[in-house]
Amino acid sequence: MDEPRSRRYERFRRAFDAAAYGGSLAQRGLRFIGRSQSEFPPLLRAIHDPPPGLFLRGTAGADVLLWDAVAIVGARSCSSYGAQVARSLGRELAAAGLLVVSGMARGIDGEAHRGALEAGGITVAVLGCGIDRDYPASHATLAGEIVRGGLIVSEYPPGVEPAPWRFPARNRIIAGLARAVVVVEARERSGALITADLALEEGREVFAVPGEITSSLSAGSNGLLRLGAHVVTAAQDVMDALGVGPPTAPSEPELDSRTRRVLDVLADAPATADELVGALGLPAADVAPALTTLELAGLIMEAEGLYRAVMPAG
Amino acid sequence: MEVEAHLAEGKPALTIVGLADRACQEAKERVRSGIVSAELKWPVARVVVNLAPAGLRKEGSAFDLSIALAILAASGQVDPASLRGHAVVGELALDGRLRPVGGVLAVAEGAKRIGLERILCPAESSPEAALAGVEPIPVRHLSEAVSYLSGGSRPPPYVPPNGLRPRARAPDLADVRGQERATRAVELAAAGRHNLLLLGPPGTGKTMVARRLPGILPPLGRSQALEVTRIHSVAGVLGPTGSLIELPPFRAPHHSASMAAIVGGGLGPRPGEASLAHNGVLLLDEFPEFQRPVLEALRQPLEDGAISIARASGQAVFPARFQLVATMNLCPCGGRADPAAECSCSAQQLARFRAKLSHALLDRFDLVVTMPRSRARELAGAPGEASTAVRERVVAARARLDADIPARDAEASALLDRAVDRLPLSGRGRARVGRVAATIAALAGADCVAAEHVAEALSYRSPKELAS
Repeated sequence: MDEPRSRRYERFRRAFDAAAYGGSLAQRGLRFIGRSQSEFPPLLRAIHDPPPGLFLRGTAGADVLLWDAVAIVGARSCSSYGAQVARSLGRELAAAGLLVVSGMARGIDGEAHRGALEAGGITVAVLGCGIDRDYPASHATLAGEIVRGGLIVSEYPPGVEPAPWRFPARNRIIAGLARAVVVVEARERSGALITADLALEEGREVFAVPGEITSSLSAGSNGLLRLGAHVVTAAQDVMDALGVGPPTAPSEPELDSRTRRVLDVLADAPATADELVGALGLPAADVAPALTTLELAGLIMEAEGLYRAVMPAG
Repeated sequence: MEVEAHLAEGKPALTIVGLADRACQEAKERVRSGIVSAELKWPVARVVVNLAPAGLRKEGSAFDLSIALAILAASGQVDPASLRGHAVVGELALDGRLRPVGGVLAVAEGAKRIGLERILCPAESSPEAALAGVEPIPVRHLSEAVSYLSGGSRPPPYVPPNGLRPRARAPDLADVRGQERATRAVELAAAGRHNLLLLGPPGTGKTMVARRLPGILPPLGRSQALEVTRIHSVAGVLGPTGSLIELPPFRAPHHSASMAAIVGGGLGPRPGEASLAHNGVLLLDEFPEFQRPVLEALRQPLEDGAISIARASGQAVFPARFQLVATMNLCPCGGRADPAAECSCSAQQLARFRAKLSHALLDRFDLVVTMPRSRARELAGAPGEASTAVRERVVAARARLDADIPARDAEASALLDRAVDRLPLSGRGRARVGRVAATIAALAGADCVAAEHVAEALSYRSPKELAS
């Protein structure tokens, strides 16, 4: 008991067989990179309390952690607007060749990962529990898709249970891996704000997506803007700050005049199908096919009956 | 069903045999009082009444009149030969009057099947019995039946009392302002007999729109009307006139309803709401508030159009080919998608709420429409189209669909294939979109299903928010 710490460590080091441990990890499809190893991302090593090492799960090599990364974080119980913005940001940033990092939580985090996967991009999820757990369990399918091309990382070895205090600790890794953090939607006291604070401390760029000033869901993200965070109005805002060029824009499909008119109205403001009927003077039976055409072309998104034009890529 | 009576020497008593239930056993007292009240003689003998076939369970009070007439025939007060060719049904009051019972239509149809030509039934039930094509003898009192059987005059036909309530008029679509998309979906549902799910925050008119579906459905055909009337008669919910139900039934059980209330059951077993909605509309308001087993039990009738109920006492199959209309909020607190309120549900609450509806069940809805809150502008707008005008289009579209389901052209098929690739759309979902597209084409009077029709059909698929 009174044995000094150094002696205890010595004893552990003599008994510990690193090669055997590595082998047992590999059997479970896991890897470990220590802080002193060259693969360890230097950006993460530079924060003031970097983790001793990272456990990795997934097909991608550890080198993807060296890519230019953007963290997209936000509320778990987000609005449909927040979910759409997170998804399209994830999609466009991944399409531009950036690594999308998030926490695989419900809401914004999950949407950001899904967006990146839709673009065929690579995405990294940082867990606040043991590397072998899919937390939350409802995101097990998402986790499977993430590891198919990307990585799930954690500082905790297999078997560690999720605990409330582990999530703020996890956020420092998210902030540490990324060159920029984008907060999509956050309440006044949100974990996403912790990530933004940590990013600021480490001198990373902090972005926030403006939300409705009357919604408590956006109080935290709008607060960041008041404090001087960059405003995100399009994915290009983030790319500009990181000096990344836009991806080659897909050519816009040809639209008939009726569909074009629907898109023009939606470009001004989101609207319900009934509002479009009122604004265009068209019967509901004519508006519906136009909405499907635009949705299939990826130009608009629908959530909870509200149709929204997808953010312009430029 | 035959009723036999035998008088024997012995201590005066009345015994009913043949698996009669309690209501049936109580017939003893009603029959004795009824016979005495009709100033007829109660036989001083040991009376045995047998309800044949003896192995089948009998219940209810519908045997009273037949038991009374059997005893009177056995004691020589009625000529047994005069009963030949007659079916008998009805409950006796203590003063000998006849009371109407449920299921007279089914009894009359049974009588017709075995070749009986007339049926002695309570006067109020005579219009119902006449539907089966059997001649009803309306009886108000036991003595009337006896005098008729003794060769007396036929009792006067039944005249319904004045002051009957007018036929309930279904609410009109013209009352709906704004909500063009939802009214369009209701029209499609009516034309193609599609199941419809309406989503949205409280107070956007989901229930209002759903209640207007029966008003634009075409009236029932003769055989459908008979089916519906028979089920309602058996369940004892036929109106006081007991006439043919010609309009599609509309049932809207409360969400506290039990399994037996919805699918049917009980000792009978009796038909439930799903069967009462046969050939009509079953509206389940606040869909996720129903018990989950109740909802899952609806999958069988949605697939087969019938419910089979197995109980220890026997098995019954009730027809239940109904059109399901359901409404629900987007979250437990109801604030989601409502600009005037804020949703306070946690992510876990939301997940639990959505998990209540299985994919298999959501897959049964051909049309899903989200109804966001209507702005003031629309409430002030012009009234919608009247139900009668919409019904004409629905009738025309149904005629077209019944004649020949339109085929898809090449462009439409290509669009559907692209959608399956691009959207989460299951095999069943694809078939569903195809059916809705055919309905849209039929409503438009088109010869084949064009890309335009498929595109509209795709806009009514179930949203990803529900795919949790």
